[in-house]
Amino acid sequence: MVHTSLDVVDEKISTMGKALVDQRELYLGLLYPTEDYKVYGYVTNSKVKFVMVVDSSNTALRDNEIRSMFRKLHNSYTDVMCNPFYNPGDRIQSRAFDSMVTSMMIQVC
Amino acid sequence: MEGLTLSDAEQKYYSDLFSYCDIESTKKVVVNGRVLELFRAAQLPNDVVLQIMELCGATRLGYFGRSQFYIALKLVAVAQSGFPLRVESINTVKDLPLPRFVASKNEQEARHATSYSSDSENQGSYSGVIPPPPGRGQVKKGSVSHDTVQPRTSADQQEPTSPVVSPQQSPPTSPHTWRKHNRHSSGGNNERSLAGPGPFWSPFGEAQSGSSAGDAVWSGHSPPPPQENWVSFADTPPTSTLLTMHPASVQDQTTVRTVASATTANEIRRQSSSYDDPWKITDEQRQYYVNQFKTIQPDLNGFIPGSAAKEFFTKSKLPILELSHIWELSDFDKDGALTLDEFCAAFHLVVARKNGYDLPEKLPESLMPKLIDLEDSADVGDQPGEVGYSGSPAEAPPSKSPSMPSLNQTWPELNQSSEQWETFSERSSSSQTLTQFDSNIAPADPDTAIVHPVPIRMTPSKIHMQEMELKRTGSDHTNPTSPLLVKSSDLSEENKINSSVKFASGNTVDGYSSSDSFTSDPEQIGSNVTRQRSHSGTSPDNTAPPPPPPRPQPSHSRSSSLDMNRSFTVTTGQQQAGVVAQPPAVPPRPQPSQAPGPTVHRPVDADGLMTHTSTSPQQIPEQPNFADFSQFEVFAASNVNEEQDDEAEKHSEVLPVEKASDPASSLRVAKTDSKIEEKTAASVPANVSKGTTPLAPPPKPVRRRLKSEDELRPDVDEHTQKTGVLAAVLASQPSIPRSIGKDKKAIQASIRRNKETNTVLARLNSELQQQLKDVP
Repeated sequence: MVHTSLDVVDEKISTMGKALVDQRELYLGLLYPTEDYKVYGYVTNSKVKFVMVVDSSNTALRDNEIRSMFRKLHNSYTDVMCNPFYNPGDRIQSRAFDSMVTSMMIQVC
Repeated sequence: MEGLTLSDAEQKYYSDLFSYCDIESTKKVVVNGRVLELFRAAQLPNDVVLQIMELCGATRLGYFGRSQFYIALKLVAVAQSGFPLRVESINTVKDLPLPRFVASKNEQEARHATSYSSDSENQGSYSGVIPPPPGRGQVKKGSVSHDTVQPRTSADQQEPTSPVVSPQQSPPTSPHTWRKHNRHSSGGNNERSLAGPGPFWSPFGEAQSGSSAGDAVWSGHSPPPPQENWVSFADTPPTSTLLTMHPASVQDQTTVRTVASATTANEIRRQSSSYDDPWKITDEQRQYYVNQFKTIQPDLNGFIPGSAAKEFFTKSKLPILELSHIWELSDFDKDGALTLDEFCAAFHLVVARKNGYDLPEKLPESLMPKLIDLEDSADVGDQPGEVGYSGSPAEAPPSKSPSMPSLNQTWPELNQSSEQWETFSERSSSSQTLTQFDSNIAPADPDTAIVHPVPIRMTPSKIHMQEMELKRTGSDHTNPTSPLLVKSSDLSEENKINSSVKFASGNTVDGYSSSDSFTSDPEQIGSNVTRQRSHSGTSPDNTAPPPPPPRPQPSHSRSSSLDMNRSFTVTTGQQQAGVVAQPPAVPPRPQPSQAPGPTVHRPVDADGLMTHTSTSPQQIPEQPNFADFSQFEVFAASNVNEEQDDEAEKHSEVLPVEKASDPASSLRVAKTDSKIEEKTAASVPANVSKGTTPLAPPPKPVRRRLKSEDELRPDVDEHTQKTGVLAAVLASQPSIPRSIGKDKKAIQASIRRNKETNTVLARLNSELQQQLKDVP
């Protein structure tokens, strides 16, 4: 399912047109019949994509919340990237990053 | 030296030490031997030791008498506290903590330690430290710490005394803890303790008889393979043993160890429960780090780029993951580069890790780069002793603490680097600003914003503009207020229309940055498109985005516009007239109220368009006359019914007005007049011209747009419609001049018109935006 969402993200990116910075895209359409989950996509300026899958059973998260979550995610990600020891593409093992993500998830759930 | 007054604790302490050193019990201690060891254990630089010895007179005497010894001890305490060594300081420094000596590992020391610890609570922390000094030299890496663990028990007693230590001893025991191990009397720890701290202490381990391999490694602050040296610590077995030891000992030692190891700086804390920060960087360590920093970055205030730091720390052979974590911890401002303090913190963490300490989850306070604004922070005062030695990049403290002159000397570079940090301290928020930026980028379509004033032109019929231009050209090309001129360059008719265009463009330009784009050549496409739309709007129903010529408003608008014209002409220049003319003329036209010209044009255009639909084609070819005729026609067509009267009046008025007024004014009036004249123009070409001039401004923008649109997609009809509308507007406008008293009405009308034009422009904008999106 994540892969399909990635496809969707790519598709959206391609249609973004020129110089359109789509910081966030709220794609609620990806709801499968059985797996009621929502997938949110977020693309950074450097084409790094964040995909968030949320269980629909959770009271629908407001768009703003999602956005703020993505923003925090983006911030943490940039912090991780600053680390010269981090090779882009590796699995992020930053503890601070993980803690941030975890706290975010806990806060939502 | 003389008159040394010691507190009871000090007295006791010193006497014990003296006894310790006074092996021969001769009541006078020789410089060599224990004394030296003791001094070494004090972890003071050699020169300081020498200085102390001189001050106390030992050099003079050649030996340490009791008094000299005591003085020396006092001086050691002074030095460890960070105070400059001076004779006076012996007695002047109050509350000087007992001199700290690294626990040398001696059974004796241990005993001492224990005894001391048990003895005096006060000395607690210190006492533990002192005993061992002599044993220090014996510290050998080898045995390390396992033993030290045991002594824990003995150290326990000390714990109460040196509670301070314990807290810090927490898991991430710093090298200090190692020391403690050594101290632990558990005997045979001598070497051990050193082993641990060896790596760290080697810098200051000069005193240490190089027993610890670590010392060896560290002995050279910048050993040939500097990085290798300490890197090699890992190789040294002691360190490994230390590693094992640490975890265990760490907890145990706590008090004593930590105290012992805790740099003197720690202990300098007045309180007996000094905060023993295992992560503190000692002076020697710091010096070493600084030297290393210099090898990479000569400028102490500069940064070490991430890549260089990466290379450097990679040499430590720590796993990348740990290095990454260390980086995370130490790069405080998240700028991808290390300042001196950050570097020291990172280095310290690496060393700790290599020695077996677990990396903390959070950067220890003592390692945290202190911002410069700490100058006034209380920290400075709080940690007088610590300041000097604490590894924490307390640049601020050293610089700030007046009481630490010595520190200041030590950390000159820190001050600078701290300043640097200051600038970056807040950097972390930059990322946030990043995203914020993005969100802020919320592209507000400038067009939409601008729509207000200018856009109108877009939709308005080109024809109108053309008409206006023609008229203007006929009347006065020099209309300065014809912004359209600028834009309509591309229009074929623009030549003539230039004046009118200028007129319009002037207006349009003002507001219409976005719309301008449309009107400008490059945008013509867009404009054309929009125009088309607008035209289409006009054509189909005239009420569409393009100013709805059919709107009933022309009637009143006209009047109002006329009024407006009047008022405008009176007040403002041509533009006003344009505005006036416009409101009535072309509701759809985005009428920048500001741009009287263009607005005028617009409404005029609209009217003109409407009326000119048929004449547009004609207009184009006959620019000069085009406007006239078309407008006239438009007028005639549109205004016949309604405004004939007015128009006539207007025309009459307009004409004279035109004639009277300069081109600029004529332009203004032209708008209104144009309409009027349009009606009457037929009869009077000259008038027409004049009328056109007034119209020119208004139509100019329209024209320009029209033209551009035409170029892209000639839609004359629309233009004509617009022009018709404009004409109507213009027609109505003439009435205005007559009825100056109708300013209010005119204003209202113009307002209405402007609103209409705004909507039209808004629509245009949206259309254009869509086009833009489609373009890529």
